Formats: sequence, C-alpha cells, structure tokens
Amino acid sequence: MKKISKIKLLLVFIIVVIGFVYALPNFISKLSNSDAPNFLPGKTINLGLDLKGGSYLLLKADMDVVFIEKLENLMSDLRVSFRKNKIAYNNLKIFDNRIVFKKRNLDADKVIRELVLKTNKNLLITKENNLFQIEFSKAEKDKIVKSTMAQAIEIVRRRIDETGTNEPSIQQQGVDRIIVQLPGLKDPGRIKKLLGKTAKLTFQLAHPSIVSEELQAGDNPPPGYALLMDDKISDRFYMINKKVMVSGEMLQDASTSFDRNNSPSVSFQLSPLGGKKFGRVTGKNIGREFAIVLDGKVVSAPTIQSQIFSNGQITGNFTLEETNDLALVLRSGALPVPMTILEERSVGPGLGSDSISSGKMASILGIVAVMIFMFISYGSFGIFANIALFCNIIFIVALLSLFQATLTLPGIAGVVLTMGMAVDANVLIFERIKEEFKSGRKIFDAIESGFERAVSTIIDANLTTLFAAIALFSFGSGPVKGFSVTLMIGILTSMFTAIIITKYLVLFYVKKKDIKKIFY
Amino acid sequence: MKYLRLIPSDTNFNFLKFKKIAFVFSSLIILGSLFSLLFNSLNYGIDFKGGILLELRSNNVALFNIDDLRNKVSSLNAGETSIQKFGKETDFLVRIQKQDGDEKQQIKVIENLKKLTKDNYSIRRSEFVGPVVGEELKIAGLLAVSLAMLSIMFYIWFRFEWQFSIAAIIALTHDVFSTVGLFSLLQLEFNLATIAAILTTAGYSINDTVVIFDRVRENLRRYKSKDHYFIYNKSINETLSRTVMTSVTTLIALFIIFFFGGAVLSDFSLAMIWGVFIGTFSSIFVAVSLLTFFKIHKGEKIKDESIVPEYERD
Repeated sequence: MKKISKIKLLLVFIIVVIGFVYALPNFISKLSNSDAPNFLPGKTINLGLDLKGGSYLLLKADMDVVFIEKLENLMSDLRVSFRKNKIAYNNLKIFDNRIVFKKRNLDADKVIRELVLKTNKNLLITKENNLFQIEFSKAEKDKIVKSTMAQAIEIVRRRIDETGTNEPSIQQQGVDRIIVQLPGLKDPGRIKKLLGKTAKLTFQLAHPSIVSEELQAGDNPPPGYALLMDDKISDRFYMINKKVMVSGEMLQDASTSFDRNNSPSVSFQLSPLGGKKFGRVTGKNIGREFAIVLDGKVVSAPTIQSQIFSNGQITGNFTLEETNDLALVLRSGALPVPMTILEERSVGPGLGSDSISSGKMASILGIVAVMIFMFISYGSFGIFANIALFCNIIFIVALLSLFQATLTLPGIAGVVLTMGMAVDANVLIFERIKEEFKSGRKIFDAIESGFERAVSTIIDANLTTLFAAIALFSFGSGPVKGFSVTLMIGILTSMFTAIIITKYLVLFYVKKKDIKKIFY
Repeated sequence: MKYLRLIPSDTNFNFLKFKKIAFVFSSLIILGSLFSLLFNSLNYGIDFKGGILLELRSNNVALFNIDDLRNKVSSLNAGETSIQKFGKETDFLVRIQKQDGDEKQQIKVIENLKKLTKDNYSIRRSEFVGPVVGEELKIAGLLAVSLAMLSIMFYIWFRFEWQFSIAAIIALTHDVFSTVGLFSLLQLEFNLATIAAILTTAGYSINDTVVIFDRVRENLRRYKSKDHYFIYNKSINETLSRTVMTSVTTLIALFIIFFFGGAVLSDFSLAMIWGVFIGTFSSIFVAVSLLTFFKIHKGEKIKDESIVPEYERD
C-alpha cells in the first residue's frame, strides 16, 4: 500500500478551498452583499434572460438598401460625368446590385473605364459586347458593410441607452446581424418600435402649385418631384421636391414640447451650419409648404410663415409617447441601414422568478434524493461519494461564477442531470472494488486496483459525453448553450471530485478504522 | 448494516439469448418511429418552423375562460393558431403560425394580441422566430447531432477496434432515432431544448455502452480460452450492477426535474427519461449483441499477470 502523498493531499485541499471561496458570493444574499468581506471575489453567477427576465432580439441589417443607395449616387455622378465627356449610352439602370448600361459610341471603352474609376476607384467593370456592368469590388463591399455595421451598432446602443435600460448588451453577430440583450425589460414593444425606424429626417419643399388634397396614389410626379405618402393617413399624398434642403444629420438636439394648441410636438435645434441653411431656405420660400419627411413619409408640411433659423418645431397628430420616441430617435441619429427583427425572445419577470424557484427546488430535491440513494446503497462509502458530490456542486458554481458563464433554466437541468451522472464514476469505482475484493484481494489492494481500473473506463465514458456537450455548445444559442456549458463543467469537475476526493476519503477511512470487509 | 442491493452480486443471466427478441423489439421501435415520422411528421416548435409563441397568465382565476381567449386570438385573423394549457390552470400557451410577409407582419400580430389581452392576462413570455432563423436553426441542429455522433464514433474507433465503433454508432443511432420517433408519436413539441435532450441522451447512452465495451475488451484478453459468447455475457453481467445503479440515480434526478422543474422543462426531461431507458437497453441488447456478428480478435494476452486474480490465471 502506497503512502498518501502529503503534497498531493495539500494540493487537493487548496483546490477545494479555492472552489468554496469562489462559490461563496452566490450564497450570500444580495442584501448583505455590501457587508461581505472584501477578500471574497465579487462575481456571482450570471443568470440568463430566461431566469432573470428580459428580452433577446436578433436584428438583421438590410445591406442591400445601402448598396442600392450607394449605386444610385454613383449613377447620378456617372450621368453628369458622361454628359460632360459626351459619352452616349442607353438603358442606364441598377439591376441586381450593379449598374448596367449600353454604350453607343464605337470606341469609348477606355474613356468610360477612366471616367467610372474616377468616380470611385474600387469598382469592378465588366464588359460584354456593348453592355457594361459596374459593381463594387469585394473589398469595397466588405468595407461598406463593416463601417455601416459599426455605425448601426453605435446608433442602436444610443437609442437603447436613452430608454434607460439597465446593462444592455449589444453585439454584432456574423456579417450583418446584431444581438441585443435587455435584461429586466418588461415590454420590448417600445424598443422594437425604436429600432424599427431608421429615422432619416429631411426637410424638403413641396410643389408650389400642386394641391395635396387632389393627389391620389399612382399620380405621376413632374420631373424632380416625388409623390410621398402621409405618415399617418394612408390616402393622403404630397408632391415633394426631391432635393433635400436640410437633413437630420444637422440636428443638434430634439425634445418633446407642446405646440400652440397644447398638443405634443417635437422641438428641434439645428447645428450652426444647419441653421444657416435652414434660414436661407425658409427666407427664400415664405408662403410655400415645407415638408418634414421621416423615413420617406411626410410627417407634416406646414406653410413657411417667416424666416426660421436654428430652432423649429415638428407638429403632427402625435401622442405624447410618439413625440417622446420621435425626439429620442432624432437625438440619437439615423440608422445607416434599415433593421428587421429576425428573432425575439422575451421572458417576463414573473416567469423568470418562477423558473428560478422551480429550478432551485428541483436541484435541491435531486441532490438530496441522489445522496440518500447513494447512502443506502454504499453506506459510509456512499457518504464519501456524497461529500465528493457536494464538492462537485461547489466547483460547478465556482467555475460558472469565475468564467461568468450564463446559467439558464436548461442549464439548471444540466446541473441536476450531472448530479445523477457524477455519481456514476463513484458507482463504477465502488462496484469494481467489490469485484476485486470478492476475487480474493486484500482490502487495500482491492481499493487501489478498483480505483486504478475504473479510471480508464471513467475517462472513456466521460470523454464521449463531453463530445456531445461540445457539439451542443458549438451549435447552441441562448438557453441551449447554457445547458451545454453546465454539462461540460459538470463532466470535468465530477471527474476530479469523484476520482480524487473520494479516493482520499476512502483511503483515510480504511486506514483509520482498520476495515477488513466492505459493503457487506 | 445491510445495504440496498438492486442487483444481486454474481448474476449470470444469459442476455444474449434474448438477442433475437431484442432485435425484433428494436426493429419494431425503429419501424414505428419511421412510420410516425412519415405520417405524423414532427410537431416543430417555433424555433424551427418560425412563428409566434406567447405564454399568458390569466389575472383572475374565476374569470378565466379559454373560449374567450380563443375568440380573441381568432379575431386576429392570423391563420393557424393553437391555445394550450401550460402547467397551471391559469397559464396558457398561444401559438400563432408565421405570418405571410416580412418580419414586420409578425411583430404586428404580437403587438395586437398584447393589446387584446392586456386587461385580463399578463404576458409571461413572448417569442418570435423569423423564417430565416428557423431554417438556420434546423440546419445547425442537424449539424450538431451529426457532429457529435461522428466525433463519438471516431473516439471509439481510436480507443477500441473498428467493430466496436460500428456497433456503438448503430446503438446510438437507434437511440436518437427512437427518441425523435417518440416526439413524433406523442406529437410533443420539437424545439431547441429537444435537440439538447437528444444530445444528452446520446452522451448518456454512449457512456453506458463504453463502460460495457471496456469490460468486454478486458475480458477478451483475460479469458483467452472462452468463446466470445461467454465473454460478452460475462461482461454484461459484471457491469450490470453499475448499469442499474447509474440508471437509477440519473432517473431519480430526471424524474425530479420532470415533476418539480416547471412546465418549461417537462418535455425536455421526458425526452431524457426515455433516453435513459432506451440507452440502457441499447447498450446491452443492441451494441453488445451486434458485436456477436463480428469476428473480434482477442488481442494481446495481458502481460502483467499480477492484475489477473490468481485463481483465473491459466
């Protein structure tokens, strides 16, 4: 019988103590947290949204809109430059994310290429017979996506911060997606509404003579004009000059206020440059209608009474809530790209706390039941297995806190399941010891070889389960990922506790009591 | 003190005698699953199908009325809907199919339903999965299950002989497929949590199989003079006590989740309870039985005589 190594024993002891220290903050209630001793690490387990309540939103940026917008700008630049250089062309249009046109000159290829690259050098030009196709190069597309997404995340963050949500998490996922997590949020409706608007605000003049009351859907606009719908009333239209006089980027501040009739409206303040522009336009166009256009729809089109500089008011048929939201999105700036919500998962605080309490209940009952079962099956050896099991739980809690992994409801189920499976290692060992003992070995030898032989089986068996958990982790989203994390941690810690801690306990016991027989 | 013994020591059951019956049984399960999948398909949850799910709690038990809720939901004209009690008497799950049109249409329906039910119900949970994400999750789920099975197969191939690997993977497929079949037969909702349950079941089942295979490998080297049939039976018997003990502790944990873990976890734990039963069955009757079809070399004789008990040495 080998001697128990003191150094190893000390090491195991230290690991167990560290485990306890890291797990402890989770068991000290929030109230007394401030009184908690400073030497304790402050991190507690990070609860998932399904437990603490809150919203998860997956947003997708509609990048095609951005590309088309950029191509349109490019196309109008090209028009100007072709005209200047007397290049004749046919059918200039945007098709399938590229600009296409037919040249009419016989040999202008070189000039066309030069002119196109002059407007933007990161373009790909392909030519087939007389048909030219122009698109952004791959690198340029990536660059556009990257900068657009960075900007979009910033705007999303600003809008959410303005609502006063606690600890929001906003991250990019993949190429064109954003994950927004809002713990503790009761109703995600408002946030969804706020993120659903790009909030592109422009001031444009209305047509001087076309009366909006007479307009109908499908009316043909005169050149340079566009037929825009009213923001609220779907059968009301305006004939608006396409030229943007002042845009939302020149806005400095916006807030809710009340107009003369005491109905809610939004007051805005323009930057000095914007104010100058605004003053010039309003000064020149007194008596004309000046439309306030938000995301392509007319909010209102008041008649200019006098010259206005930097301060103005947007009135319309608003509720107070609407003006609050409008002011908020105007303050935080326009989204560079429209967002759609691909996925939403919201859990109310009631369900969250119910889940926590049923999770706690299931964990405690599960652990107690398994412990009782182990005791009646293996007696004092069962107690050792139970001590190991208890340490295992402590380690799981400690590691979850340390890595700030998220504990979800399926994650709690994972912990309970681990309890059931963790004793497997001990069962394997004990059964093996029994066999070894029966086959005529002395008690120490039986224990020694029982542990030794069971370990290779335990490792094989646990590693295969670990593979399943890793696969789950790599695929998982949200709650399922939480489950795989606790399962992985549980497998690793259970190998340590069930093999090493139990072994020392068993050896001590057998040595001290001079046991000759076991399990009978 | 007398300890609980679920399995007497020194069992000597002839498990492999039931090989044929077990194969018939397994084939029936697999065929049943297949038929159910063909005719019933799976009751996909919104995770995979896309759509809307709301969990509502009636504020007033006396006032609650499922017909009233049904009327409200159908007044939305949102296509196929279903209302189901969930856990408590006052709790309901409302499922609404994915709406035509883009994501905005889906959100509109959620908001409308919220408005309708605002006075009498509190919303405990609302979920919406767009069709794009649903499709992605389906592929990711399939990928995860295949990936897990492949890595398990390679590991066993690496640690044992290839014959073991094939037997194990067939047993594993048997378990996974029959669990999916169970979900189809009972029309339980098949969602992300189900995938988690299936993979955990797979992990448990392979765990069980590996323990027995480990013993088979050991005994193949130990009992050179005995035939394979004897060795397989002996290995199952020797590990039987452990097999039963572990199944029982795991089942204790799972049944407690099933009864006390709340409605959200009940299908999840049900899948795993089934998984433990079928996994234990398949380790013995599918995995080991399949080994009998292969010619497996007994390998090197154990060099270290000392680990073989004296009375067993040749």
